[in-house]
Amino acid sequence: MSETCKVSSERRGDVAILWTDGYINNQGGEEIAREAYAHLDQGVRALVLNLEKTRIVNSIGISILIEVLEKVMDRKGALAFCGLTPTIDKTFRIMGLAQYAEIFPTQEEALRSVSKPQTA
Amino acid sequence: MSQGGTAPPGLANAGPREVSMTIPVAPEMEIVATAQAAALGEYIAMSRDKIDEVKLALVEACINAFEHADCRDEQLHLTFRLGREKGREWLEVEVLDKGKGFNHTAVEEPSLEKAFVSHRKRGWGLQIIKSLMDEVDITSGEWGTRILMRKYK
Repeated sequence: MSETCKVSSERRGDVAILWTDGYINNQGGEEIAREAYAHLDQGVRALVLNLEKTRIVNSIGISILIEVLEKVMDRKGALAFCGLTPTIDKTFRIMGLAQYAEIFPTQEEALRSVSKPQTA
Repeated sequence: MSQGGTAPPGLANAGPREVSMTIPVAPEMEIVATAQAAALGEYIAMSRDKIDEVKLALVEACINAFEHADCRDEQLHLTFRLGREKGREWLEVEVLDKGKGFNHTAVEEPSLEKAFVSHRKRGWGLQIIKSLMDEVDITSGEWGTRILMRKYK
Protein backbone atom coordinates (compact mmCIF):
# COMPACT_ATOMS: atom_id res chain seq x y z
CA MET A 1 0.00 0.00 0.00
CA SER A 2 1.47 3.32 -0.93
CA GLU A 3 -0.41 6.56 -1.19
CA THR A 4 2.74 8.59 -1.72
CA CYS A 5 2.01 11.88 -3.41
CA LYS A 6 3.63 12.53 -6.77
CA VAL A 7 4.36 16.13 -7.68
CA SER A 8 5.08 17.47 -11.14
CA SER A 9 5.51 21.05 -12.28
CA GLU A 10 5.92 23.33 -15.24
CA ARG A 11 7.06 26.93 -15.51
CA ARG A 12 5.06 29.37 -17.63
CA GLY A 13 6.74 32.77 -17.60
CA ASP A 14 7.02 33.87 -13.99
CA VAL A 15 4.36 31.41 -12.83
CA ALA A 16 4.90 27.74 -11.92
CA ILE A 17 2.07 25.23 -11.95
CA LEU A 18 2.42 22.29 -9.57
CA TRP A 19 0.25 19.20 -9.98
CA THR A 20 -0.19 16.75 -7.12
CA ASP A 21 -1.33 13.17 -7.39
CA GLY A 22 -2.18 11.32 -4.17
CA TYR A 23 -2.34 11.79 -0.41
CA ILE A 24 -0.70 14.97 0.86
CA ASN A 25 0.80 14.08 4.24
CA ASN A 26 4.22 15.12 5.55
CA GLN A 27 6.10 13.46 2.68
CA GLY A 28 3.68 14.82 0.09
CA GLY A 29 3.87 18.29 1.63
CA GLU A 30 7.66 18.22 1.67
CA GLU A 31 7.71 17.13 -1.97
CA ILE A 32 5.47 20.09 -2.88
CA ALA A 33 7.66 22.46 -0.84
CA ARG A 34 10.84 21.18 -2.51
CA GLU A 35 9.38 21.73 -5.96
CA ALA A 36 7.89 25.13 -5.04
CA TYR A 37 11.12 26.44 -3.45
CA ALA A 38 13.14 25.34 -6.47
CA HIS A 39 10.88 27.43 -8.70
CA LEU A 40 10.91 30.42 -6.34
CA ASP A 41 14.72 30.29 -6.19
CA GLN A 42 14.77 30.43 -9.98
CA GLY A 43 12.76 33.64 -10.05
CA VAL A 44 9.19 32.39 -10.21
CA ARG A 45 6.81 34.99 -8.72
CA ALA A 46 3.57 33.03 -8.44
CA LEU A 47 2.53 29.45 -7.86
CA VAL A 48 -0.61 27.59 -8.90
CA LEU A 49 -1.23 24.37 -6.99
CA ASN A 50 -3.52 22.06 -8.91
CA LEU A 51 -4.82 19.41 -6.48
CA GLU A 52 -7.35 17.74 -8.79
CA LYS A 53 -5.74 14.32 -8.30
CA THR A 54 -5.61 14.60 -4.51
CA ARG A 55 -8.54 13.59 -2.33
CA ILE A 56 -6.97 13.92 1.14
CA VAL A 57 -4.67 16.58 2.57
CA ASN A 58 -3.95 15.98 6.24
CA SER A 59 -3.13 18.73 8.73
CA ILE A 60 0.61 18.00 8.55
CA GLY A 61 0.50 18.46 4.79
CA ILE A 62 -1.52 21.65 5.24
CA SER A 63 1.03 23.02 7.72
CA ILE A 64 3.73 22.60 5.06
CA LEU A 65 1.50 24.35 2.51
CA ILE A 66 1.23 27.23 5.01
CA GLU A 67 5.04 27.43 5.05
CA VAL A 68 5.08 27.59 1.25
CA LEU A 69 2.41 30.31 1.34
CA GLU A 70 4.44 32.24 3.90
CA LYS A 71 7.52 32.11 1.70
CA VAL A 72 5.55 33.28 -1.35
CA MET A 73 4.05 36.16 0.65
CA ASP A 74 7.52 37.14 1.96
CA ARG A 75 8.56 37.55 -1.68
CA LYS A 76 5.44 39.55 -2.51
CA GLY A 77 4.31 36.78 -4.81
CA ALA A 78 0.99 34.99 -5.17
CA LEU A 79 -0.29 31.48 -4.55
CA ALA A 80 -3.52 30.06 -5.91
CA PHE A 81 -5.17 26.66 -5.51
CA CYS A 82 -7.39 24.91 -8.02
CA GLY A 83 -9.05 21.55 -8.55
CA LEU A 84 -9.93 21.12 -4.87
CA THR A 85 -12.46 18.53 -3.78
CA PRO A 86 -15.33 20.05 -1.77
CA THR A 87 -13.80 18.60 1.42
CA ILE A 88 -10.35 20.09 0.80
CA ASP A 89 -11.97 23.39 -0.23
CA LYS A 90 -14.00 23.41 2.99
CA THR A 91 -10.94 22.55 5.10
CA PHE A 92 -8.84 25.33 3.55
CA ARG A 93 -11.64 27.83 4.18
CA ILE A 94 -12.11 26.64 7.79
CA MET A 95 -8.43 27.33 8.36
CA GLY A 96 -8.60 30.76 6.77
CA LEU A 97 -6.22 29.84 3.95
CA ALA A 98 -8.61 31.40 1.43
CA GLN A 99 -7.85 34.83 2.91
CA TYR A 100 -4.25 34.58 1.76
CA ALA A 101 -4.38 32.26 -1.23
CA GLU A 102 -7.18 32.38 -3.77
CA ILE A 103 -9.09 29.22 -4.60
CA PHE A 104 -10.41 28.61 -8.12
CA PRO A 105 -12.38 25.78 -9.68
CA THR A 106 -10.11 25.54 -12.72
CA GLN A 107 -6.43 25.88 -13.52
CA GLU A 108 -7.16 28.43 -16.23
CA GLU A 109 -8.91 30.75 -13.77
CA ALA A 110 -6.10 30.37 -11.24
CA LEU A 111 -3.47 31.09 -13.89
CA ARG A 112 -5.37 34.11 -15.15
CA SER A 113 -5.58 35.54 -11.64
CA VAL A 114 -1.92 35.13 -10.62
CA SER A 115 -0.71 36.29 -14.04
CA LYS A 116 -2.34 39.70 -13.61
CA PRO A 117 0.20 42.52 -13.42
CA GLN A 118 0.97 43.40 -9.79
CA THR A 119 -0.36 46.84 -8.90
CA ALA A 120 1.36 47.21 -5.53
CA MET B 1 -28.27 -24.28 -2.00
CA SER B 2 -31.28 -22.73 -0.29
CA GLN B 3 -32.66 -19.53 -1.79
CA GLY B 4 -35.48 -18.79 0.65
CA GLY B 5 -36.75 -15.28 1.50
CA THR B 6 -37.08 -12.14 -0.54
CA ALA B 7 -34.68 -9.83 1.29
CA PRO B 8 -31.21 -9.54 -0.17
CA PRO B 9 -28.38 -10.75 1.99
CA GLY B 10 -27.22 -7.91 4.19
CA LEU B 11 -27.27 -6.52 7.66
CA ALA B 12 -31.03 -6.02 7.92
CA ASN B 13 -31.49 -8.84 10.42
CA ALA B 14 -28.03 -8.88 11.84
CA GLY B 15 -27.04 -7.73 15.31
CA PRO B 16 -25.15 -4.51 15.93
CA ARG B 17 -24.14 -2.90 12.67
CA GLU B 18 -20.53 -2.39 13.49
CA VAL B 19 -17.08 -3.29 12.28
CA SER B 20 -13.98 -3.23 14.44
CA MET B 21 -10.36 -3.12 13.44
CA THR B 22 -7.02 -2.46 15.01
CA ILE B 23 -4.24 -0.63 13.24
CA PRO B 24 -0.62 -0.36 14.31
CA VAL B 25 0.90 3.01 15.09
CA ALA B 26 2.81 3.28 11.82
CA PRO B 27 3.05 5.69 8.89
CA GLU B 28 0.09 5.70 6.50
CA MET B 29 -1.93 3.17 8.54
CA GLU B 30 -4.57 5.89 8.77
CA ILE B 31 -5.22 5.31 5.07
CA VAL B 32 -6.02 1.65 5.77
CA ALA B 33 -8.65 2.86 8.22
CA THR B 34 -10.19 5.29 5.71
CA ALA B 35 -10.87 2.41 3.31
CA GLN B 36 -13.16 0.87 5.94
CA ALA B 37 -14.97 4.16 6.53
CA ALA B 38 -15.48 4.57 2.79
CA ALA B 39 -16.86 1.05 2.43
CA LEU B 40 -19.44 1.59 5.18
CA GLY B 41 -20.35 5.04 3.89
CA GLU B 42 -20.96 3.55 0.46
CA TYR B 43 -23.05 0.80 2.06
CA ILE B 44 -25.57 3.38 3.31
CA ALA B 45 -25.25 5.38 0.06
CA MET B 46 -23.66 8.37 1.77
CA SER B 47 -22.49 10.98 -0.74
CA ARG B 48 -18.86 10.90 -1.83
CA ASP B 49 -18.25 14.36 -0.39
CA LYS B 50 -19.54 13.34 3.03
CA ILE B 51 -17.48 10.15 2.92
CA ASP B 52 -14.43 12.30 2.15
CA GLU B 53 -15.21 14.42 5.22
CA VAL B 54 -15.42 11.31 7.41
CA LYS B 55 -12.15 10.04 5.91
CA LEU B 56 -10.30 13.28 6.62
CA ALA B 57 -11.67 13.51 10.19
CA LEU B 58 -10.58 9.90 10.74
CA VAL B 59 -7.12 10.63 9.34
CA GLU B 60 -6.79 13.54 11.75
CA ALA B 61 -7.93 11.47 14.75
CA CYS B 62 -5.43 8.73 13.83
CA ILE B 63 -2.42 10.97 13.26
CA ASN B 64 -3.23 12.89 16.43
CA ALA B 65 -2.99 9.63 18.36
CA PHE B 66 0.08 8.47 16.42
CA GLU B 67 1.93 11.67 17.28
CA HIS B 68 0.79 12.54 20.77
CA ALA B 69 -0.86 9.62 22.55
CA ASP B 70 2.21 7.50 23.33
CA CYS B 71 0.08 4.35 23.02
CA ARG B 72 1.09 1.59 25.44
CA ASP B 73 0.09 -1.16 23.01
CA GLU B 74 1.33 0.68 19.89
CA GLN B 75 -2.13 0.27 18.38
CA LEU B 76 -5.30 2.19 17.66
CA HIS B 77 -8.63 0.46 18.18
CA LEU B 78 -11.25 1.55 15.68
CA THR B 79 -14.96 0.81 15.62
CA PHE B 80 -17.24 1.82 12.76
CA ARG B 81 -20.97 1.82 13.44
CA LEU B 82 -24.01 2.34 11.27
CA GLY B 83 -27.29 3.50 12.75
CA ARG B 84 -30.45 5.46 12.22
CA GLU B 85 -31.98 8.21 14.35
CA LYS B 86 -35.25 9.99 13.60
CA GLY B 87 -35.19 8.56 10.10
CA ARG B 88 -31.64 9.70 9.36
CA GLU B 89 -28.90 7.17 8.81
CA TRP B 90 -25.48 7.83 10.24
CA LEU B 91 -21.94 6.52 10.19
CA GLU B 92 -20.05 6.72 13.45
CA VAL B 93 -16.33 6.18 13.96
CA GLU B 94 -14.71 5.55 17.32
CA VAL B 95 -10.96 5.97 17.64
CA LEU B 96 -9.62 4.59 20.91
CA ASP B 97 -6.03 4.72 22.05
CA LYS B 98 -4.47 3.39 25.23
CA GLY B 99 -2.14 6.33 25.57
CA LYS B 100 -1.44 8.98 28.16
CA GLY B 101 -4.59 11.02 27.51
CA PHE B 102 -4.87 14.78 27.13
CA ASN B 103 -7.05 17.67 28.20
CA HIS B 104 -8.81 18.56 24.95
CA THR B 105 -10.48 21.59 26.50
CA ALA B 106 -7.04 23.12 27.08
CA VAL B 107 -5.98 22.79 23.46
CA GLU B 108 -5.44 26.26 22.06
CA GLU B 109 -7.57 27.22 19.06
CA PRO B 110 -5.28 27.51 16.05
CA SER B 111 -5.32 30.35 13.55
CA LEU B 112 -3.38 31.16 10.43
CA GLU B 113 -2.33 34.51 11.89
CA LYS B 114 -0.73 32.71 14.86
CA ALA B 115 0.87 30.19 12.50
CA PHE B 116 2.47 32.96 10.41
CA VAL B 117 4.27 34.47 13.38
CA SER B 118 5.29 31.18 14.93
CA HIS B 119 7.51 28.28 13.95
CA ARG B 120 4.64 26.02 14.92
CA LYS B 121 2.21 25.62 12.03
CA ARG B 122 0.49 22.56 13.49
CA GLY B 123 -2.41 21.92 15.85
CA TRP B 124 -5.31 21.94 13.39
CA GLY B 125 -6.45 18.34 13.89
CA LEU B 126 -9.22 18.83 16.44
CA GLN B 127 -10.60 21.89 14.68
CA ILE B 128 -10.76 19.99 11.39
CA ILE B 129 -12.49 17.02 13.04
CA LYS B 130 -15.10 19.24 14.73
CA SER B 131 -15.75 21.19 11.54
CA LEU B 132 -16.17 18.19 9.27
CA MET B 133 -18.25 15.88 11.49
CA ASP B 134 -21.81 16.46 12.72
CA GLU B 135 -21.19 15.27 16.28
CA VAL B 136 -17.90 14.79 18.11
CA ASP B 137 -17.36 13.53 21.63
CA ILE B 138 -13.90 13.33 23.18
CA THR B 139 -13.18 11.59 26.46
CA SER B 140 -9.71 11.20 27.84
CA GLY B 141 -7.95 10.07 30.96
CA GLU B 142 -5.04 8.01 32.20
CA TRP B 143 -6.57 5.03 30.37
CA GLY B 144 -6.22 6.77 27.03
CA THR B 145 -8.44 8.77 24.70
CA ARG B 146 -11.64 8.03 22.86
CA ILE B 147 -12.83 10.18 19.98
CA LEU B 148 -16.36 9.43 18.85
CA MET B 149 -17.41 11.09 15.60
CA ARG B 150 -20.74 10.87 13.83
CA LYS B 151 -21.77 11.91 10.34
CA TYR B 152 -25.37 11.86 9.16
CA LYS B 153 -26.10 10.69 5.63
